[in-house]
Amino acid sequence: MSTKINININGIALEVDQGKTILEAADQAGIIIPTLCYHKDLCIAGNCRVCVVELIGQKRLSAACATPCEEGMEIRTNSLHVRNSRKHIIELLLSEHRAECTSCYKNGNCELQKLASDYKIVTQDFIPLAQQKKYTIDQFSPSILKDDSKCIRCQRCVRTCAGLQGVNALSVAHKGDRMKITTFFEKAITEVVCTNCGQCINHCPTGALVERNYIEEVWDAISDPELHVVVQTAPAVRVGLGEEMGFPPGERVTGRMVEALKRLGFNSVLDTDFTADLTIIEEGTELLERLKKTLKEKDPSVKLPMATSCSPGWIKYIEHLYSDCLEHLSTCKSPQQMFGALVKTYYAESRSLKPEKIVSVSIMPCTAKKFEAARPEMHASGYTDVDYVLTTRELAIMIKQAGIDFAKLPESSFDRLMGQSSGAGVIFGATGGVMEAALRTVYELVTGREVPFEKLNITPVRGSEGIREACIKIENPQEGWEFLDGVELRCAVAHGLVHAKQLMDQIKAGTSPYHFIEIMACPGGCLGGGGQPIPTNPEIRAKRTEAIYAEDEEMPLRKSHENPEVLLLYKNFLGHPLGKKSHHLLHTSYIERNRY
Amino acid sequence: MAFDTYLLKRADFIFKDEEDWKNILTRTLKLPPNAIINELMSSELKGRGGAGFPTGLKWKLTAEAPGNEKYIICNADEGEPGTFKDREILTLVPHKVLTAMAVCAHVIGAQQGYIYLRGEYKYLVEQLNQAIDEFHTICQSLGCQFTIRIFLGSGAYICGEETALFESMEGKRGEPRNKPPYPTQVGYKNCPTVINNVETLAHAFTIFKYGAKKFYDLGVQYSRGSKLFSVSGDTPKPGIYELELGMSLEDFVNEFGDGDTKAVQVGGASGFLVPRKKFKATAIGYKGKLSGISLPTGGSMMLFNSSRSMYNVLDNYLEFFREESCGQCTPCRVGCQQLYQGIKAVKRGEKPAGYLDKLLKLTETMKLTAKCGLGQSVANSFSSIVENFREEMIY
Ligand SMILES: Cc1cc2nc3c(=O)[nH]c(=O)nc-3n(C[C@H](O)[C@H](O)[C@H](O)COP(=O)(O)O)c2cc1C
Ligand code: SF4
Ligand code: SF4
Ligand code: SF4
Ligand code: SF4
Ligand code: FES
Repeated sequence: MSTKINININGIALEVDQGKTILEAADQAGIIIPTLCYHKDLCIAGNCRVCVVELIGQKRLSAACATPCEEGMEIRTNSLHVRNSRKHIIELLLSEHRAECTSCYKNGNCELQKLASDYKIVTQDFIPLAQQKKYTIDQFSPSILKDDSKCIRCQRCVRTCAGLQGVNALSVAHKGDRMKITTFFEKAITEVVCTNCGQCINHCPTGALVERNYIEEVWDAISDPELHVVVQTAPAVRVGLGEEMGFPPGERVTGRMVEALKRLGFNSVLDTDFTADLTIIEEGTELLERLKKTLKEKDPSVKLPMATSCSPGWIKYIEHLYSDCLEHLSTCKSPQQMFGALVKTYYAESRSLKPEKIVSVSIMPCTAKKFEAARPEMHASGYTDVDYVLTTRELAIMIKQAGIDFAKLPESSFDRLMGQSSGAGVIFGATGGVMEAALRTVYELVTGREVPFEKLNITPVRGSEGIREACIKIENPQEGWEFLDGVELRCAVAHGLVHAKQLMDQIKAGTSPYHFIEIMACPGGCLGGGGQPIPTNPEIRAKRTEAIYAEDEEMPLRKSHENPEVLLLYKNFLGHPLGKKSHHLLHTSYIERNRY
Repeated sequence: MAFDTYLLKRADFIFKDEEDWKNILTRTLKLPPNAIINELMSSELKGRGGAGFPTGLKWKLTAEAPGNEKYIICNADEGEPGTFKDREILTLVPHKVLTAMAVCAHVIGAQQGYIYLRGEYKYLVEQLNQAIDEFHTICQSLGCQFTIRIFLGSGAYICGEETALFESMEGKRGEPRNKPPYPTQVGYKNCPTVINNVETLAHAFTIFKYGAKKFYDLGVQYSRGSKLFSVSGDTPKPGIYELELGMSLEDFVNEFGDGDTKAVQVGGASGFLVPRKKFKATAIGYKGKLSGISLPTGGSMMLFNSSRSMYNVLDNYLEFFREESCGQCTPCRVGCQQLYQGIKAVKRGEKPAGYLDKLLKLTETMKLTAKCGLGQSVANSFSSIVENFREEMIY
């Protein structure tokens, strides 16, 4: 029931829905208005002012991103006033900015740089201010680098951390010329409540927030003939990497990616999806175990709902903010860390390699996984289980550095032994994917029948709403599972930590109706992760999501418990799910962290 | 420029003690909201705290705005350096302000009012609370449930800006919001809100007591009534004076100057500097028929005699803005730093005199694009000082 109103932009008459901003209306008319502080994922700030436009009859210019259209409005987006002002504003931003693009990590993918280029800011008359200020560079974190000299104070990171994640690690301090983006008491990021999710990086227009990169370390390892360098790739990377290589969002580049990794010189190119399948076996068994203890043995010490544990951003969040709920977490490590623990044990044994000569690298859509790999718990193999974690973006840089013409690459397959996976492993990359994969397996283990959804697609847990619910009734279970007969398995899925908070508050209040919840720190799940290509927005994430589900449907195997390599792993090495070896290698524990 | 000069006329309404405020309150609360709005509109009272928005219209818009929860907030942040007239009002005649707030609440349908008191005025809290307690008792006896609470500000100048003030009251950082929406629709806690300066409310009381005509008869067209002026600088008689609007600056200087007045800064740091040669042609009031000198916050009038360096004056203002800008928007945050450093660079000869023109253009951009009144008004003092005293900037 949207009312239409009539406006005019640059002489073009236009009918728009009431409530639309000038920026949205201009977009509809095919007119581009430059922006910096605006981001589709975030609330409106209206602080950079590069989007100003002229409204006929008004003395002052208006911020297009923040001004709603009104009936009869006459808008000019390229008048003399607008052009002069816009140029001034860009010049001002640059004067306060350490614009040393050639030595900047964001060189080539920076919104400020693009504006400076589009508007040809070739002279800089204003006094350089950046050089006079004492800026801090926070480089203590294994995940995030924060360089205030590159910050344009658009507050996108602040709004991201508050609005998408509800963490509030970043805030604005001081006023006037001293105004800056900082943390609680201006401590290092490593000391405050920050999940390392990297969403602030994904939403930062400049080089002020970037991932800590390990590109040179990985090149060094690859170049060392003594070392055997193994790489694993997370499911979300194959639906994001294409964007960095010039493809439109939603392009699946699995085969090309594998070929590129081989050409980069990795000794073995394997798949994190393999341990995603393994996670499902371990976690599914753990869930059934907890259900049995609660429903059959009435053991009050067992905690339900059980929460998934494969998103390290989410893990750090709960460790900081809901540390009295840690027993709800599945003890399963993330697929990355399961993989790491197996590489230097199972893989090393099978391939007769010395674990100390193996370097294990992972390509992740995630910056929190860098922190996770550095956790002291993650040395189950007796070595650092995962040596280097690279984001999708860092992999793209390596491919470009190696002179690989990605579009022309042939497709290649993962190497064997920990390279095989099912569609269930693939959808780990989307919000709801772990839940769907787990249900496919758990339901079948209990009833002997496939989940009652067309083509195994459990659509209620798919989608982009912050929290989604599903309820599956178990009937006629197989022998041993009689206690589940008639039980409605209640599940919920949340992505973005603001939504996780809602589920956690229910648990804390004792009102959570669920048996099993899946939580992913990032919007959209891993495919919207903090290490994925920039830009990100709801449309791009929707494309990546489509791609991931398409990849799943095309897989010959759709269920984790049918992955032959996983079955082999249990047969030859692990024994059985939740067994002694599993416990040692694949499960972990959590710690309480500071709340401030 | 040819126009009539108006004589400087003193008025004495604001600080006149009105023992009968209880009767005025009782009487006015019995009137229908529309009648009160009409009375305010016909008085042509305009806001004394900033933009000079017609007070009657503000109340009307808020009364008509949809919403069950509404607020009336008295802006007592008084952050403009050198002004302290709101403090005087709250010290000497607080009941006038409280009465006007209760009437406003009656008009717009508010249950709760706040006085946003400048942090430095903390010492006033106790006596103000006494006045509020007494006022609450009277209100209750009239069957009026309206209550008033004091909210103590944090000391940032920008928190006097109405939307930054709301943010600050909501426990957030004091940063101005985007407008529209305006407070009359979306104000404190996103509810329709009337926010008025202390002095505006005191004038409203005068109108309730004496009627709109008495107020309207003071001043001149478009600038009705009287106004408090904080007179400071090179003057033998600094202090607070209530004067009718519309006087010529020449008249003012004759009354308050020390015989050697070189320029007057009208409206504080965010106002304009008027040089001697323009005294005669300048009238003090709101925009309209007068020669465009508006009265930003405070009604501050600072006189400078020939011993003063206009460069230093501007330098002071720019330092103030550079520090007091909330820092969120580019034109103001960076613009103020550039202006502050820019005039220094010209003075030191590091930039050519022509750089002043680049800075003048920059202030034009700031006026056009800054998010709030602070950044928009830096141009006022900058351009009026640089244009009138260019040599002092260079040599
Ligand atoms: C930077 C800035 C500071 C302000 N400070 C004050 C102040 O201290 N007191 C005040 O009454 N209004 C101040 N204002 C004006 C208010 O935003 C608002 O217009 C005023 O309170 C409305 O009341 P009035 O209509 O009664 O004038 C300020 C405006 C700006 C832009
Ligand atoms: S942040 Fe952007 S503009 Fe700044 S130095 Fe880096 S690439 Fe250049
Ligand atoms: S990494 Fe995530 S939690 Fe940490 S500051 Fe950035 S957005 Fe906030
Ligand atoms: S760190 Fe990046 S996102 Fe945050 S304010 Fe600075 S430029 Fe904007
Ligand atoms: S104009 Fe200045 S004070 Fe106003 S919002 Fe912008 S930075 Fe803040
Ligand atoms: S994009 Fe509109 S003000 Fe920044």
